[in-house]
Order: sequence, then C-alpha cells, then structure tokens
Amino acid sequence: MKPYISLFKMRVLKGLQYKTAAIAGILTQFFWGIMYIMIFEAFYSSTTNPQPISLVELAQVVWLQQSFLVFIMLWFRDNELITQITSGQIAYELCRPMNLYSFWYAKLIAQRLSAAMLRCLPILLVASLLPEPYRFSLPPDLITFLLFIVTLFLGLLLIVSISMMIYISIFYTMSGTGSLLIFGVFGEFFAGMLIPVPLMPDALRRVVYLLPFRYASDLPFRIYAGNIGTREAIISIGVQILWLSVLVLIGRMWIKNALRRVVIQGG
Amino acid sequence: MKLYFKYMSVLLRSQMAYRASFILLSIGQFFVPFLAFISIVLFFQRFPSVVGWSLYQVALCYSVVHMAFAISECCVRGFDSFSSLIVNGDFDRILVRPRSTVLQVLGSKFEFTRVGRLTQSLVVLIYALINLDVQWSPYKLLTLLFMIISGVFIFSGIYILGATLCFWTVEGLEVVNILTDGGREMAQYPLNIYKDWMRKFFTFVIPFGTINYLPLMFIFDKTEGNSLVYMLIPLVGILFIIPCLMIWGFGVKQYQSTGS
Repeated sequence: MKPYISLFKMRVLKGLQYKTAAIAGILTQFFWGIMYIMIFEAFYSSTTNPQPISLVELAQVVWLQQSFLVFIMLWFRDNELITQITSGQIAYELCRPMNLYSFWYAKLIAQRLSAAMLRCLPILLVASLLPEPYRFSLPPDLITFLLFIVTLFLGLLLIVSISMMIYISIFYTMSGTGSLLIFGVFGEFFAGMLIPVPLMPDALRRVVYLLPFRYASDLPFRIYAGNIGTREAIISIGVQILWLSVLVLIGRMWIKNALRRVVIQGG
Repeated sequence: MKLYFKYMSVLLRSQMAYRASFILLSIGQFFVPFLAFISIVLFFQRFPSVVGWSLYQVALCYSVVHMAFAISECCVRGFDSFSSLIVNGDFDRILVRPRSTVLQVLGSKFEFTRVGRLTQSLVVLIYALINLDVQWSPYKLLTLLFMIISGVFIFSGIYILGATLCFWTVEGLEVVNILTDGGREMAQYPLNIYKDWMRKFFTFVIPFGTINYLPLMFIFDKTEGNSLVYMLIPLVGILFIIPCLMIWGFGVKQYQSTGS
C-alpha cells in the first residue's frame, strides 16, 4: 500500500503547482455555473407547476457540479498514460514490482483530487455570497453532509474505474480519441450534466438509474441539496459499491488479458 | 486569397490521408452538440416556453449560433491552437516570410472534422424551419444569412483575441473558453432570458446580441419601428473583427521571441 500512497502524494503536489491554470479554471467554471442557473431560472419562471426539484436545490447541484467538475468528468484524460501505451514505454511500467491496475488507479485518483482541491473551495466560497436563488448554502443537516461525502468519494472511485476501461481499450485501438469522445459525451448525458436527472422524462430516467454514470455526480449532489432522502441515499450507496466492485473486477481481468497481448520489441 | 485556398486544399488532403479516423471524428463531432440539442428538446417537454420563446424559435437561434461556431472553428483553428506555434517557436518562421501574419496563421490549421457539427446544426435549422409558423420573405432569409456570416466573424474575432493573449502568457488560456464555448452555449438561447448585465455584456462588448436576440425579433415580427435597422444589425457584429485585428497587430509588434 505504501508505494501507492507516496505516488499519490507526489501527484497531488505536482498538480498543485499549476496555479494560473487553476485560477483560469475557477473563473471559467464560475461563469458556467451562473449561466446554467440563469437558464434554469428562465425556464422555471415560465411555469407555475411544481417541479420534482426546486430551483434552489438545482442551484446547489449546479455549483457542486462546477466545483467538482474534475471529479466527475470522463474526458479528463492523462496524456502521459496514453503515450505510454502507444509508444511502448509501458515496458518500464511493467518492470515495477507493482500491480499495474492499482498503480494507474492511484495515479488517476490523485490527479483528480489535486485538481479539485484547488478549485472547489474558492468556487463554493464565492457562490455562497451570491444572492438567492444563486446562493450556495449549507446542507440541511449533518447526516446529509456525511452521506454526501461518502457518496462523493465512492463516486470518484467509480468514475476512475470507468475511465480505466477507456485506457485499457487503448491497448486494442491504439488511439484514445474515439473512445474518450463517445464515453465522454454519453457519460455526461447519462450523468445528468446536460439536463438534470429529475427533469428527465420518466422512461429516460429509468434507463439512467440503471447505468453507473449518475451514481458519481447526480447522486451525491442531490443528496447535498436535500432532494434525495436518507433512506434512498443508503440504498444508493449499496448500488455504488456493487457497480464499483463489478467495474474493478472486469477492469483487472481485462488489463491482464491486454497485457498478455503486449509484445515488447528490442530495447 | 489564392494562397488561403491553397493552404486549405493542402491541409484537406493531408487530413484525408487518414480517412477512417476523419470519418469517425466527424461522426463524433455530430453527436456532441446533438445530445445538447436533445436536452433542450427535453426541457421543453417539461416547460412550455422560456420567457415567451417556443422550442422552434430557440432551435432556430441554436442552429444559427452553432453553424457560425462550426465554420469559425474549422477555418480559424490556427488561432485557436496558436499557443503551440509560440511555444515551438514556429511563429518566428512565419514572421520572416513576406506575407501577412494573419493569413499564415489562418492557413496553419483547418479542422475539417467540424463538418459533423455543421451537419448537425443544418439538421436543426431544417427542423426549426419546417415547424416554425413564420411568414418568410426574402428580407428575412437575408437576415438569417447575415446572422450566420456575422456569427462566424464574431467567433473568429474572439479566437484572434485569445491568440493575441499568447504573446504575453501561454498559461491560463482556459479563460478564453468563457467567450468561445461559453458564448456559444449562452447565445444558443435568445439573450433576453438572461439577467440584464449579462445581456448587456454580450451585446455591447462581445456583440452576440447582434446575431441573436435583435434580428430574431425581426424574423418573428416582434419589432416595433423601423425593421430595416433590425435587419442590418447583424452586419454591425462583423465590425467586431476590426478591433480584434488591431489588437493582434499590436501584439505582433510587441512580440519578443523566446530566442534560440
């Protein structure tokens, strides 16, 4: 476990170096957040029917989406990993006395964590100073907050295990662009990033609940907003763990298979 | 101008060399905005209208903005990825050639895979035109055409501004995305659904309003007073490129190579 932890630390420190990029990212995400809430506000103002999620709750979801964007984005990619696979430098990685799957897993999580650490607090802080309905507020109670933290981290593990699949597929296709694009676009849609899950038509929502994508972003954020009750949240944690173990298991088997095919030439 | 098309045909041929990858990327480019449009349709299933605009009216607005975005992303890609020219030092080579820098940077890259996005917005445009209940006249069609052309110029202007920033710093260029991607997302809805300050910024500073809200009023017969003004407003948006090019010229003069 120790090598994974130190690798993890190194990555986090490396990520914290890029401060300008982080500030630029914060500004960008702040703009997107405001814009989305304005669009939702405009839609909400055109009807008096009650909606399955209130505008204030939706604002919480939007701000969490923006500040934890790097946690939940499938297209957040590590070019280093991709070049390693396509250029054959993977040979060095294989020499290390570590399990390749766990090694990459630690690396990818660290990357997302370091990127999010810099961004989430400033965005949420400024957002909590805005007037209603744009304001980001505290969760209704402590249990909600704890459930949010637990589901958020399980969600991070889930997203990384999905993106591991994308990287492993590069062993076969030699180019990540295609699979990243397809996974990224559809994953984003099914995670409720384009249209919030509660506002989807019933049939679509049923499909979305069956897929893993929403359990990484929609679930923790709506728990925070108070849109999902405690009982449903606890059941969903079970679903998260189930998906996580299935995906990690498949990923490990698949990478073993892929590595068996790898032929290292010369040296 | 002849040189520009020469650049274009060379790059087209080089991208066509990998035909399968080109087709796949184009198809991918078709689906990215397509799902965004599906989401808009889904929104309208739940909400009847947005500040008085119907789905088809928004669809028209959406298709115009996305079409302009696709064309400018294809043709002005050189400016979008300009930071790599600076970092590699390739810009120094451009400076010593006896042709204008704008032309050469424009010709340095084309993204023909944006054909996918363009097709998508054409489909949405046709969908909107079939379903809209509007008395079309030659003037309105002309206005629509002006809107697209002007949109291309506005997006190009923003790309040029972003590239000019590279003369001073190549870090934190993500901010430019607020104006390009953000501008696109924002202008796909009529601007009057937003708060006042937001609308004013995107009308008077970055003139998205001239291709969006104002001419749309004319097309949907919501105008009061002289409609000729509304018709010609998109052309004002084209003027946006002039200050952008001036700032670019200033940047080129300031530029000091990194040496070696």
